[in-house]
Amino acid sequence: MAAKRPAKKTNVSGDELTQYYRDMLLIRRFEEKAGQLYGMGLIGGFCHLYIGQEAVVVGLEAAAEEGDKRVTSYRDHGHMLACGMDPNGVMAELTGREGGYSKGKGGSMHMFSKEKHFYGGHGIVGAQVPIGAGLAFADKYKGNGRVTFTYFGDGAANQGQVYETFNMAALWDLPVIFVIENNQYAMGTAQQRSTSTPDIHTRGEAFGIPGEAVDGMDVLAVKEAGERAVAHCRKGKGPYILEIKTYRYRGHSMSDPAKYRTREEVQKMREERDAIDHVRQLLIEGKHASEDDLKAIDKEIKAVVNASADFAKESPLPALEELWTDIYA
Amino acid sequence: MAMEILMPALSPTMEEGTLAKWLVKEGDTVSAGDIIAEIETDKATMEFEAVDEGVIGQILVPEGSEGVKVNTAIATLLEEGEEPGTAPVKADAPVAAAAPAPVAAVAAPEAPKADLTPDWPEGTKMKSQTVREALRDAMAEEMRGDENVYLMGEEVAEYQGAYKVSQGLLDEFGSKRVIDTPITEHGFAGIAVGAAFGGLRPIVEFMTFNFAMQAIDQIINSAAKTLYMSGGQMGAPMVFRGPNGAAARVGAQHSQDYAAWYAQIPGLKVVMPYSASDAKGLLKSAIRDPNPVIFLENEILYGRSFEVPVMDDFTVPFGKARIWREGSDVTIVSFGIGMQYALEAAEKLAEEGIEAEVIDLRTLRPIDYDTVIASVMKTNRCVTVEEGWPVGSIGNHLSAEIMTRAFDYLDAPVLNCTGKDVPMPYAANLEKLALVTTDEVIAAVKQVTYR
Repeated sequence: MAAKRPAKKTNVSGDELTQYYRDMLLIRRFEEKAGQLYGMGLIGGFCHLYIGQEAVVVGLEAAAEEGDKRVTSYRDHGHMLACGMDPNGVMAELTGREGGYSKGKGGSMHMFSKEKHFYGGHGIVGAQVPIGAGLAFADKYKGNGRVTFTYFGDGAANQGQVYETFNMAALWDLPVIFVIENNQYAMGTAQQRSTSTPDIHTRGEAFGIPGEAVDGMDVLAVKEAGERAVAHCRKGKGPYILEIKTYRYRGHSMSDPAKYRTREEVQKMREERDAIDHVRQLLIEGKHASEDDLKAIDKEIKAVVNASADFAKESPLPALEELWTDIYA
Repeated sequence: MAMEILMPALSPTMEEGTLAKWLVKEGDTVSAGDIIAEIETDKATMEFEAVDEGVIGQILVPEGSEGVKVNTAIATLLEEGEEPGTAPVKADAPVAAAAPAPVAAVAAPEAPKADLTPDWPEGTKMKSQTVREALRDAMAEEMRGDENVYLMGEEVAEYQGAYKVSQGLLDEFGSKRVIDTPITEHGFAGIAVGAAFGGLRPIVEFMTFNFAMQAIDQIINSAAKTLYMSGGQMGAPMVFRGPNGAAARVGAQHSQDYAAWYAQIPGLKVVMPYSASDAKGLLKSAIRDPNPVIFLENEILYGRSFEVPVMDDFTVPFGKARIWREGSDVTIVSFGIGMQYALEAAEKLAEEGIEAEVIDLRTLRPIDYDTVIASVMKTNRCVTVEEGWPVGSIGNHLSAEIMTRAFDYLDAPVLNCTGKDVPMPYAANLEKLALVTTDEVIAAVKQVTYR
């Protein structure tokens, strides 16, 4: 199932391409496994899979430097894997076990890593947007040159607090990149039924925030846009908006009856625009990798994901005393 | 080896479902993501996708089957080159749920010890100061001591504070650390939470806590819960402060007391001082506390003067009530401006020979239950006083705690004096009627002392 689009010339190395392929594939296989464990009842509650959107986080992580921060919503597994968090710890959090990033107390929507500068994992639509600006506020206050990637969806882009935040971020020149992951559906409501104007990236204009639309099924396009945004922020020019047009193959959460779009629409995206197939094609056509090389990577990733599932099943449930810890510092 | 395809759980609550339709037949090749069946849950018909590639070996549950339990094998999936007859590998069975925690037995009542250590050493020099000045001094001292402490809010800088609490701070600390915000509580509260996650120690001033309702999602969902949700990795060391409760004649939307609301939230600390020394000592503790602290001030008290100790670094710990007046006939428990009515009532009652012990809780989370219980065990009667609404009030909560821990010591039911169960009216006479009064406290005390 090859991506049916022309491979454009790129100035990234074969090693870099291979790394993006590996990172995206890890997210996809991890999410497939999470879906499987959910079906088996090992993962409970809400579980929002990232399948289809992998190029967004992998492209932007390629533009980030050590110390840069990231914060996102409840669809957060991909962001965590892309910034280098341990798949075992993420999967064990999904199963609610002691070995999870939040010791089993957060779940799919609430994980954090100080070490990897990942600030959650937030369950209320749009709430992570001022938080991301606040992280950037702290960095500007300290003068450390860091930027914060603040991810939210096209649905959240209609939240009032987003615009309160745009205003203050622009007013105070905060080094924050607002990444709008436009997967075209706010849960089950298509963009044209929920959003008055099609171009969300222009919504910063009223606040003097530059923005651009990016092909989110092309990891290289995402990386390049990310580099422009990062450069803008690091120069002290204030916030930047990236509206990344992407697509979610799976439902909003596991309990999505998928009545709001056709099976053909999803299938078409998968067949024609898949971001992983795209990089696979670039690798083969650019002679950076052979089919056998890629098969070996697939196998490697599968092993990592299977190991994370094993870890997540074997890790014990949190001790009952954990109910009462971490309420106060 | 053949794998079993199991009946999936397709929602958080699904236990069984109907296998409505098979979209593949035995011998079909499938790859991950292909839709293989339609399954009806109690909510909807869902498509079920293959998670592995392979060939459908055997369909074990025919379409149209109802009440198929989650995790029942519904088909087998063969790997490349495998024969349909291969015995399936048992897929992982789900783990059993943890046994529920046993309910802790109620401990037998025992007289607790109140912490009676004084807030400042005997002989400390005192000076008269308003609550407003005490609050400002607390912020200034903490900002001098820690570069990461900053103040943000509406009109805190150039205007010098809507109620002049931040007077002079902009001059001393500059616009980097004393920041005027737009009138967007939701947004700036969220920015402050992010700044706290990022290592700063924000003080957020709300012009009144009535406006903090715009920001309550950030206060509760983001600030209060993150430490727990992150398994202790990160939290929000910060203070949300500002006037709370009724001022005078400002109507229903500017007069609410939020003490009981915030006191309900695990993860928050809640402070509601009455005197200037407590305002100062508790605000300094709040700024240093590694947790989010709700600091409820009162506009009417801002201009009131009290004696404040002259000390280099005066702090008051959380969870330690203050006994303002000792007495043996009844315990009156209050906090914030309620203390005014409690103390006035106690004085008038003393003239009639009723000696009330008056306790100022000072902090509502944590609450110093021990001081209250020890006092009630002595006086055998209790009246609570607060300005907020009666339903789900702090007084209700204390009544339950007293009943649990000191039931045998009570000679009368605990009475709660509260604001009336109405939105705050504007008309002067009605507003007076809506607020708790000293006379009501006196009447309640007489009722529990059977006078």
